[in-house]
Amino acid sequence: MTMSVGTQARPMLELSGIHKAFAGVKALTDVGLRLFPGEVHTLMGQNGAGKSTLIKVLTGVHEPDGGKIELDGRAIAPASTLEAQALGISTVYQEVNLCPNLSVAENIFVGRYPTRFGRIDWKSVHTQSRQLLQQLQIDIDVAAPLSSYPLAIQQMVAISRALSVSAKVLILDEPTSSLDEAEVQQLFKVLRRLREQGMAILFVTHFLDQTYEISDRITVLRNGVREGEYLVSELSRLDLVNKMVGVTAVDHRKVEAGAEALASELSTDAAAAGAVFLQAEGFGRRGVLAPQDLQLRRGEVFGLCGLLGSGRTEMARLLFGADRADCGQLRIEGKEVRLNVPRDAIAAGIGFCSEDRKKEGAILELSVRENIILALQARQGLFRVLPRKRQNQIAADYVKWLGIKTADLETPIGLLSGGNQQKALLARWLATDPGMLILDEPTRGIDVRAKQEIMDFVIAMCRKGMSILFISSEIPEVLRCSDRMLVLRDRRACGEYRRGELDEQSVLQVIAGETA
Amino acid sequence: MSASMDSKLIPDTAARAGSPVLAGLLRHPLVRPLAALAVLLLIDFLLVPGFFKLEIKDGHLYGALIDIINRAAPLMLAALGMTLVIATRGVDISVGAVVAISGAVAAILIGGKMVVVDGVSQYVSNVPMVWALCAAMGAALLCGAWNGLLVAGLGLQPIIATLILMVAGRGLAQLLTDGQIVTVYYKPFFFLGGGYLFGLPFSLYIAAAMFVLLALLMKKTALGLFIESVGINPVASRLAGIRTAALIFFVYMFCSACAGLAGLMIASNIKSADANNAGLLLELDAILAVTLGGTSLAGGKFSLVGSVIGALIIQTLTYTIYSLGVPPEVNMVVKSIVVFLVCLSQSPQFRRMLRMSKS
Repeated sequence: MTMSVGTQARPMLELSGIHKAFAGVKALTDVGLRLFPGEVHTLMGQNGAGKSTLIKVLTGVHEPDGGKIELDGRAIAPASTLEAQALGISTVYQEVNLCPNLSVAENIFVGRYPTRFGRIDWKSVHTQSRQLLQQLQIDIDVAAPLSSYPLAIQQMVAISRALSVSAKVLILDEPTSSLDEAEVQQLFKVLRRLREQGMAILFVTHFLDQTYEISDRITVLRNGVREGEYLVSELSRLDLVNKMVGVTAVDHRKVEAGAEALASELSTDAAAAGAVFLQAEGFGRRGVLAPQDLQLRRGEVFGLCGLLGSGRTEMARLLFGADRADCGQLRIEGKEVRLNVPRDAIAAGIGFCSEDRKKEGAILELSVRENIILALQARQGLFRVLPRKRQNQIAADYVKWLGIKTADLETPIGLLSGGNQQKALLARWLATDPGMLILDEPTRGIDVRAKQEIMDFVIAMCRKGMSILFISSEIPEVLRCSDRMLVLRDRRACGEYRRGELDEQSVLQVIAGETA
Repeated sequence: MSASMDSKLIPDTAARAGSPVLAGLLRHPLVRPLAALAVLLLIDFLLVPGFFKLEIKDGHLYGALIDIINRAAPLMLAALGMTLVIATRGVDISVGAVVAISGAVAAILIGGKMVVVDGVSQYVSNVPMVWALCAAMGAALLCGAWNGLLVAGLGLQPIIATLILMVAGRGLAQLLTDGQIVTVYYKPFFFLGGGYLFGLPFSLYIAAAMFVLLALLMKKTALGLFIESVGINPVASRLAGIRTAALIFFVYMFCSACAGLAGLMIASNIKSADANNAGLLLELDAILAVTLGGTSLAGGKFSLVGSVIGALIIQTLTYTIYSLGVPPEVNMVVKSIVVFLVCLSQSPQFRRMLRMSKS
């Protein structure tokens, strides 16, 4: 072992000629990847480019149809994540894959508890967990259940879990999509330290800024093919985006055409724009959202800005009847309504795309068709069943208009990439012909292009007279899309602004509580 | 977690080889239960003389197959009800208790005695039989409402919620019958579980009617879609506007109704209500039938036909064991081994292991 010479010369991990197909659809074609010790290597690509598949092949979730994986010069073929972990490949997945009802410490050590005299040594479980988390500079009660902490902390716990295995290779599959800026910095600090210690880190993200901030090398995938491997210093951002998207950037005309076709299906029309759709007075819930007035007009995008837990999702849930408001009045199109359950809100013409696609949106094992018509059928009730022909028609139309990539309408939605799942869920609500659509982080965890397409669609719908309540952690996105926006802090509104009144910096100041 | 999710979503690739049509057929979820049933029947064909022989006796068909169908009917009913409950991620272990209750209510109300009027002996019931049957079904529906309330209304875990009635229900039935076997002396009642119509057991018609009713409900209403949706992801289903609580309440009601009907059938067949033993462990056979039929206990996608086949497998197995002269002591062991094998054949992990050892 001539490590001193070999570190740069020989990769810690090398994949070559990887092929993988699902039910005949090619996900990866002849893909290679090199990962050197002591580097942060970013894997980039749009949704459906094959990033997740590649990582699943690497971690033993999927068996490749062909190709070779070499770890430290030795060919490996992990058959499970556990096996991959034992070999030294640890992964933190995009969506937190932990057990919410176990304690933080249990989550870190589950499956490989340290034992003493044949019993689990809880004392050491707890001290070690605390130490691991302190590496990430997080000081929390490790005996408390994981679910008592926000998603961001849960993500950190998942990372500690990966770190606690003596890993040679650490894979981070979009770890930052639910973290705020300070938390991202905290994570990067840890990554830099690990890099110095010689860890090979594979980082998957959609964020360009973060890529350029942390990584040494980039591999770009497109449509299941490796586009190339580049040193960060030698690849400009524009080049990177071009390589990810390929020659065909977002075809705005196509989106417009789809939106046009769609709009003719919906009852809302541009003429209605400007009319008040929803009016709330003193609307709130004790401990969840301070009483708030709110007015949403047809044809306008109303943005909600704030940190995680600031009350933005809470407000959306109250407006959708997912949680019950305990004070205030709500009028929809002038009629006073009470929204006790989501059904009530749907009947009143509201749709809601939740921020948690996997838990609160997609019914993973049902088909694309069933997922798209679900809300419409639920509103029609049990007995007025949509004829199968009509279901197919609706689903096929939306698949075409929104450009949903799926093998066919009967494919389980769980097999689609995140962006396509999100589009199908958007279709679910558009199919109910809503007067108002609540979009909570509709673009989280999906790639630039799908993001752009979804936002283009939303704006096109809005122009046709729909009212949109738009929530996003990405402040520039909110600023760009919203006609008006409300900034929330600590479960209360701290200011309503018109388009152009604030720039990103001043929004941050309002969020932080420094008067702009 | 994501690994198991994916393996569930991605169609089995084992049947890739060969012609696509054949591969598609082999991948059909009903293939395994049907194959299991076929194997059992084959064993019967080889080892039990005259198994497939049907003859007409007393104006109706007579033979081992008819016997199996007749005895499987209550289990089919219970399994149909159980299928819907399991599809919503629940389970109902009070089925046997509801069987006992409905049988007891019917037997007590009908009772019956022979009286001689004008020199002609006649059977009369305590109350008109229709009322007795309605009362028994009413009691079963009450049981279902209780289960539904606990699960959908109070959010108790299904196995615990229905455990309450499993214990209390049988106790209640024993109270009703004073712990005695209540014998029924009223001939029309015997038709339900022991009579024949057009040469076939009447119980078969009841089970078939229930199946057709359910199949129609699935086809003509959105019930199937909603049940699967709630079973796969209750939170997302509620947010999509489905009345999850009402739906869950309904499936428990329906399951108890099926159990009540099965109870009437059993009481009618044995011409008495035995609160201690009627429908004992029927819930477990029903759960087994549903599982054998390919419906996952994790909820979601379900198969009504599969559950019916599952019930037939269990009854055929019981019959086979008896007719092979296996001593009653080993009966349970043999049954469990067969069930184990069938379940093993449905385990994706096991199939993966098989595939790997082959390659």
